[in-house]
Parts: sequence; C-alpha cells; structure tokens
Amino acid sequence: MKQSQQSNDPLASPPGMISVTVDGRTVLVPRTMPDWQGRQVPTTMLQACELAGVTVPHYCYHPKLPVAGNCRMCLVEYGVPALGPDRKPVRQPDGSLVIKKSPRPAIACATPVSPGMEIYTSTPTVKLMRQSVLEFLLINHPLDCPICDQAGECKLQEYSVEYGRASSRFAETKVHKNKQIDLGPRIMLDQERCILCSRCIRFTRDVVGDDALGIINRGSYSAIAAYPGTTFDNNYTLNTADICPVGALTSKDFRFQMRVWFLKETMSLCASCGTGCNIVIGSRENCIYRFTPRQNDAVNSCWMCDYGRLNYRWIERTDRLTRPGGSKLTSPDWEDAINGIAAALKKAVPGHIAIVASARLTNEELYLVRRLAQFLGAPTDCVPRSGPADNLLLCADRNPNTKGAQLLGIAASPPGVNLPVFARLIRNGTIRSLLVFGEDVTRHGITADDLARLDFLAASDIHTNGTTAVSHYFLPGCAHVEKRGSFTNVHGRIQRFEKAVDPPGLARPELHWLRELVCRVTGQSMGGTVESVFEAMRAEVPAFRNIAWADLGDHGVATHG
Amino acid sequence: MSWALPKEVEEKVDSLVGRYPQPRSAVVMVLHALQEHFGCISPEAIEWTARKLGLRPINVLELVTFYPMFRREPFGRFHLRICRTLSCALAGSHQLHRHICERLGLNPEKPGPQTSADGLFTVEFVECLASCGTAPVIMCNETQHEQMTIEQVDKLLDECRCKCRTERQGGLAAEHGFEP
Repeated sequence: MKQSQQSNDPLASPPGMISVTVDGRTVLVPRTMPDWQGRQVPTTMLQACELAGVTVPHYCYHPKLPVAGNCRMCLVEYGVPALGPDRKPVRQPDGSLVIKKSPRPAIACATPVSPGMEIYTSTPTVKLMRQSVLEFLLINHPLDCPICDQAGECKLQEYSVEYGRASSRFAETKVHKNKQIDLGPRIMLDQERCILCSRCIRFTRDVVGDDALGIINRGSYSAIAAYPGTTFDNNYTLNTADICPVGALTSKDFRFQMRVWFLKETMSLCASCGTGCNIVIGSRENCIYRFTPRQNDAVNSCWMCDYGRLNYRWIERTDRLTRPGGSKLTSPDWEDAINGIAAALKKAVPGHIAIVASARLTNEELYLVRRLAQFLGAPTDCVPRSGPADNLLLCADRNPNTKGAQLLGIAASPPGVNLPVFARLIRNGTIRSLLVFGEDVTRHGITADDLARLDFLAASDIHTNGTTAVSHYFLPGCAHVEKRGSFTNVHGRIQRFEKAVDPPGLARPELHWLRELVCRVTGQSMGGTVESVFEAMRAEVPAFRNIAWADLGDHGVATHG
Repeated sequence: MSWALPKEVEEKVDSLVGRYPQPRSAVVMVLHALQEHFGCISPEAIEWTARKLGLRPINVLELVTFYPMFRREPFGRFHLRICRTLSCALAGSHQLHRHICERLGLNPEKPGPQTSADGLFTVEFVECLASCGTAPVIMCNETQHEQMTIEQVDKLLDECRCKCRTERQGGLAAEHGFEP
C-alpha cells in the first residue's frame, strides 16, 4: 500500500521528469523542453497540456517563435502543492498532496510547470476567460469571413465556434483601419482583421533577421506596419501569411483564388533547391493553388522560402510535352517509342554512348538510369544549377537531388564536369549515341550542331526544348508534383513525396518508362512501382542500404552517404 | 539633404546615449532632444535616430506613434494642456476645453491635439498635472495656471496673442532695423 503510494507520489518523479496533473490526469513531462531555437528551457504549462493530450487555445504562441504572451487566449487556472510551516508539502491523511489553487490564472505559454502542479483547463473560470478574450478580440474585427481568404483555417473562427459567445454585446462603433495595405511584393495586410499577436513581427525579426515590421499607434488604433517608404521584401515573407492566425496577412499569389476547404492536400517536397523543404501542395481539380511548408525540424522547421513557394506556375505552362515524338517516331505512341529507343540502344556500342540525366529526377529514376548506364557501359553526368544561397533555407544547389545523383554514381564530381568532355567526344566522333533525361543539353555546352552529328539521340523533358526539338525520340516527363518518389537533399537526407496532380496528355512519370526501357534493353525483369524500384536500389547501392521505403515516413531519414 | 542636425544637438544626443548600457535604451531621450530642437519629430529625425542607435526606422516609429508627447507635426506657439483627470474634470476642465476650442475655431469633440488655423495655439487634453488641489489646471507652454475660470482663460488667450504680436513686431523691427 505504502509502496504504491510512493510510486504515485507526484513529487517523486524519475530524474529529469516532472509529474503534473492536467484536468485530473497525471502525466510525466520532461523538466526541460526545447524552446523556439532548440535550447532546453523549463517545460511550460502549454507544452505539458499538449503532452497530456489537452488542447490549450492560443494565438500569439508559436513553437518556433519567441514567446510573447500577449494574446491571453491560453489563460488557465492552476494549483501547486501547499507547503506547511516546515516548508514541506502538506499531505492529506491518505498521503496525497494538498493542492493550493492559485487565486489568479496564468498564461500557459509562458509559465513553467513545477512538480505536483495541477492545471485546470476546463473550469467555468477558464471558459469565461476564453469567452472574454474572444469577445475583446472581436470588438473591432470586421467579421468579413465571407470575403476573407483565411476562412476555413482561421483560428479566430475556430476558437469562436469552440470557446466564444454566440453573440456580441458590443453596441458601439467599430474602429476602422486600412484593409488593403501593400506591405510588400508578395504580402497584403488587412489591419482590421489583425489581432496584434505579433507573430509576423517576431518571425521576420528573430527567424529571418529582417526587423521590418512593427506595431504603430496604440490602443484600438494599433496596427501592424512597415516603415513608410519601405517594403516588406525578404525571401521569407510568405511564412508570415502562414503563421498569421487570422486573415490579416494574405499571400498576393493565393488571395481570392480558392477556398481552402476545397483544396486537396498532398505531402510533398519543394524541388527548387537542394534543401528539400517539406511542403503540402494544395490542389483542386488537377490544378495547383499553393505550396505551404510542412513542419520537419530536421530540415525546414515550419518555414519555406518565397522563391520555392511560388515556383510552381511553370507546371501549367502551355509548352508542356504531352506525347512521345521525335523525327523517327511516326505516331505518338509510347509502345513504339520505347521499342524504337530499346532497339537503338541494343545496337549501341559501349564507349560510344553517353547519358546526361537531370538531378531533378528522383532517386528511383536515377537508379534506373544507373542500371541502363551500367548495362550500356555509358558514362553519365548531371547538369549543375546554382544560385545565391541565404543563411536560412535557400541552398546554392538549385537541383533537388544532386546528392542522390552523386550517391547513385550518376553525377560526376563535381557535377557537370563531364559535360564539356561529352561535347568534345561528340565532336571527334567517339560518342555516337546520347540519352538525355530531363535536361536541355543545348543550354549546357553541347550545341544543336553537336547533337546533329549523333547517330542516335533520345531525350525526355517536361517542356519542349532545344534538345527534344532535334532528337530522334523524345518522351514527355512529369513535374515532381505529378509523380511519387524520393529526393536526397544536400545533407544526405532521403525524403519521399506523393503525387498531387495528373500529368498532361500522354505524359508519364519517368519511373514508368525508364523501367520499361531498362527491362527491354537489359532483358531483366523488375517491379513497376516506386516501392519495388526503391527495394532494388537499396539492395544495390550502399548509401541506401538498411533504409526501407516505409522508413522514410513523412520526414525522411539520413542516408549513409 | 536639407535635414541637418547642429553639432551641439548631436553632442547632447551623444551624451544621452553614453548614459545607458545599450545605445537603444536612449531612444526616448534622444527623441525628446530632437523634438526640443526641431519642435516635432520628422521622418528624417526618425531615420537619423534609428541610424544613430543601430535600430530600424520602424522601431523608432513604433515609439513615436505610441507616446502622445511625441509629435510628428509642429505645434503652435502656445501649447495649452488642459488636465482632464478626476479633480480637474469635476472642477469643469471639459467646459474650459470646449470654450477654448470654440474661441480658436477647433472641434472640441475631436480627440488628440489640435492646432488653430493661425498656428498660434495647440490645444489638447492631458492626464493629471499633479495639482489637484487647485483644479482645474491648464498649462500654457511650461507655465501652470491654476483654478482656471472661463474669464481667466479668455485673459490667458488674449495675453498670448498680445505677447505674440510684440514678438512679431520685435522680429520685424530686427529685420527692418527700427526700434519697436
């Protein structure tokens, strides 16, 4: 009996842990937890409640931003063990602790937990406080949800339904502010909808390091603003629209385009640089409306850059390749195209054929290219892409899978170093056949005249380009949003992504036709799914050994590369 | 750039900055010094202060728009501050405010400081001037006027006008070289 009492004693927790009770349920929580920068700091009541499975509503608190504690939405009641005159906890006759309830509530986001603390999140007082906070927030709110882009993912809407009053008692005139402030090239501000949580200010000041926003004026007239004459224009501004809990900051790219509840959400990756930020693609009826960041603390935290976020319009360009073609293909038929290419490759002589593959292809596709190259005895390389990097997420390597191409032996070292060699070998007649997957080599040192010398040229890409225009066979490929697969980011983390939309016309994922080509040319058989190609890859490539497709999960794993 | 800070003001600012462990802590005092010199805080003054203290202009603008004692437009020659805290309010400061506004052609309902069309007077309500025993109290520039009545207010306004006229004549005299 005494034993069980001892083990249930909230003051006798294992080292590094604290026992707290949330709404009557006792849980063990770590004494410290990572703050927004990952430093270990005392666990807060809000974190403890989350660990206990109890939601505490909040506006200004964000796990990846410094705590401001200004919205007061997370107010809870709490009590701590009462101490006797001897400074020892007072116990009931049955040995349980006497809890002394605090006379005042506390903000859960900024109050650390202490051993034996009891947190009450559903008392009448807490409910009344939440109602009152919401009532104040709504005093000057325009209630223009029908024309607001945030509707459907608005914390003000959600909490009003869950914790608010049905009707307002505010009979006076609302303060009107500016509803259309052009804050920067990508962000629009509606000052009336703003609840002044200061998340955007903290994000741009503390995460990006561009202290561009502030709160001007005071009282009911307070408003978010940039300094007059300046624009809010860093590469991360659109994250403020994501973290804005209401519809005050909206993306100029997305506003008035689509109701968020119609969007299909697909787990994907950003393919605009080698960082591989985790994203959610919002699409409807085969049309992409937005990219939003998906939390992955090993890669991008909760953020992504504006450059990557807005780099999707090209997918809908009208010059997409929608069917197989080329000078030697009489009808736009996949079977004929694969057969034609396979027949030509069977005749190709090792040493006289080369392959240029794109570092925008997936690991699985590049693995198939590797199989083909090994069988044909063909040297390979990728086209490098680079641009200015920044100190947050954007990486100088603008290919999403350079690391994968390196681990699979497709990319030369450094990537692209073989391209001038290929050009020379084409000019002197050594290379007679060339396969180009997903690139336009005419923009990377191999001219259309060089290509005209070849006996055989097959190319694939997403758009028509200088190489597909002169190739004997060309195959239409897919943007990464149109297929499944995995990329390996610059730090060697392998992450998977899912298909959001269908490719146009007869275009098919590279994996499908590369597999057919490999089987046809080598005579080997092979499963046709991404998973089966991945299985074959990990059996063969040391960097991917011990990694199963299922292990990738939503956040990926580190390769051994 | 036409905006320039005299050397002595900059020296004053430097000495203010030196009083604090961090330059940014001096921002309110620096703004007071600039307002004292220029009469108001212009965008140039905000930007200069931000550069001086290693801040972004928006940080300074937040302060300037938050504190009512910082003004972004020049005030009149005479700054009338009418107390509206309890004692003065009970003793009729609202009536005094209304009377002054009506005499100067200002809207008594409008919140915030207002300047008369001739640029002579700026009138505003302020909170307690710490002279509750002699309510209602009005400050005209740095002089406190106690137990004010409508008549005394009229007298005060006339005195101010008179003083201003003398000043102008003095100015004209200095300009044209004759004795006033």
